Amino acid sequence: MPTHRGGIATRGRGYRRVVTALPKPRGRLSEEVLAALSELPVAQQDLQPSHAESAEDAALTLWVLHELSYRGFDDVDDDAERDPELFWLRCLLEDDLERRLRERWPGPPDADLSRDFFDWVADHDGPSLARHVQTDATEEQVLDLLRVRSVYHLKESDPTSWVIPRLTAGPKAALVELQYDEYGAGDPGRLHHELFARGMQASGLRPEYGAYVDEAPAEILEQNNALSMFGLQRRLRAAALGHLAAFEATSSLPSRRMAQGLERLGFPAELIAYYTEHVEADAVHEQVALREVCVRLVAEEPGLEPDVWFGAWACLDLEDRTARRLLEDWEVA
Amino acid sequence: MSAVAGPGGERADVVLCPGGPMLLRGEHVVLDDDGREHRTTRPVSAVCRCHRSASKPWCDGTHKLLPPKLRP
Repeated sequence: MPTHRGGIATRGRGYRRVVTALPKPRGRLSEEVLAALSELPVAQQDLQPSHAESAEDAALTLWVLHELSYRGFDDVDDDAERDPELFWLRCLLEDDLERRLRERWPGPPDADLSRDFFDWVADHDGPSLARHVQTDATEEQVLDLLRVRSVYHLKESDPTSWVIPRLTAGPKAALVELQYDEYGAGDPGRLHHELFARGMQASGLRPEYGAYVDEAPAEILEQNNALSMFGLQRRLRAAALGHLAAFEATSSLPSRRMAQGLERLGFPAELIAYYTEHVEADAVHEQVALREVCVRLVAEEPGLEPDVWFGAWACLDLEDRTARRLLEDWEVA
Repeated sequence: MSAVAGPGGERADVVLCPGGPMLLRGEHVVLDDDGREHRTTRPVSAVCRCHRSASKPWCDGTHKLLPPKLRP
C-alpha cells in the first residue's frame, strides 16, 4: 500500500499549487487500486467493483481513476490513465453511478426547456447550505464546508471543458464563451479556481489542488464523479450541459447568501470576493448555459433533450445529498 | 421562446432574456440611473431589467424571486 505523502509540487504559474499525493484508502477496493497504481500494468481481473466495501470506497476509487485524466499523482506513471484494467474498472464504476442516478431520476418533466427551465429549478425544494451559512453556521462549519467544496472549486469548470470538441458550432461557441469567463478571460489571476485558492489561503486553509480529498464524504466525491463522468463520455454530453445549466442557475442567489454569511463570521475579503464574483458571473452564465448552450444543442440534436433534463436533475439531486449529509454531520438538519 | 441568433443566423450582441436580464456582448460602458458609468468586465454581461438587483446595473438573479407578473 502506498504511503500518504504530503509532498507539494509547486510550479511557476497556472496550477502553481498542486498536491498530487494519493488519498488514503477507504476500503478494500480503493486499497487495491492505490496499491496497483505503483505496480503497473495491473494484472487482469484483479480489480472488481464488488470489492468495494462501501459507497465511500467505490466513490473514492472512481475519483482517483478520474484524476488520472486530469492532473495525475506523484509517483504514478502517466500510463496509468490508459491501463486496460484500470480503465475497465472506471467504466464499471461509472456504469454503477449512472444506473443509480437514472433509477432515482423521475424522468423529464412536462415542460418547455427554454421557457420553464428556471422555474423548474426554483421549484426544486432541497436543503440549502448557503442559507445555513448566511444566518446560522459557525466558523468551524464553514471551514468544513470550504475544505470539502475545494475538491471541486479548485478545478472548477474543468470537467465541462471535456465536452467542447463534441459539439456543433452553435452550442460550442456559446460554451467556449462561458468557459472563457470561468477561466478569467485570459487572466490567470481571475480564473475562478484561482480566486478560490486565494480565498482558501487567506482563510488559513491549504490552497493546493486535492489537499482535502481525505475529508470529503462520499456525497461530495459522487458530485465530482458525476461531473467527470458526464464530461468524459461523449454519450453523456447533453447531461454534462444540463448539469452546467442547473449548476449556474443555482449559483447567483446562493453565492450572495454565502458572501453574507462569510461577512457575518469575519472571513477575509479574498474569500468573499470569490462568492461575490459568482453572483454576477453566474447571473450571466445561467442565461448563456440555458439559452445558447442547451437550447441550441437540443435544436440541433432533439434526441438529447431528455439527457439535458437528466443532467440538470442530477446536479440538484447530488447537491441535496451533500447538503443533507453536512447538515446531519453538524447536527442542524 | 429562445434567444439564439437573429433570422439571418447572425449572433446577437444584445439579448433580452424573457423574465430576466439583458445580455450585452463585448465591451461597453453602461450609464446607471444615477448617471454613474460602469464598464463591462467580462465577455458577456447581464444588465438588470427588474430594477431589484443589489448589484445594479448588473443582474444578480433577484428577478427569479419575483412573481412572474413583476419580472421583465
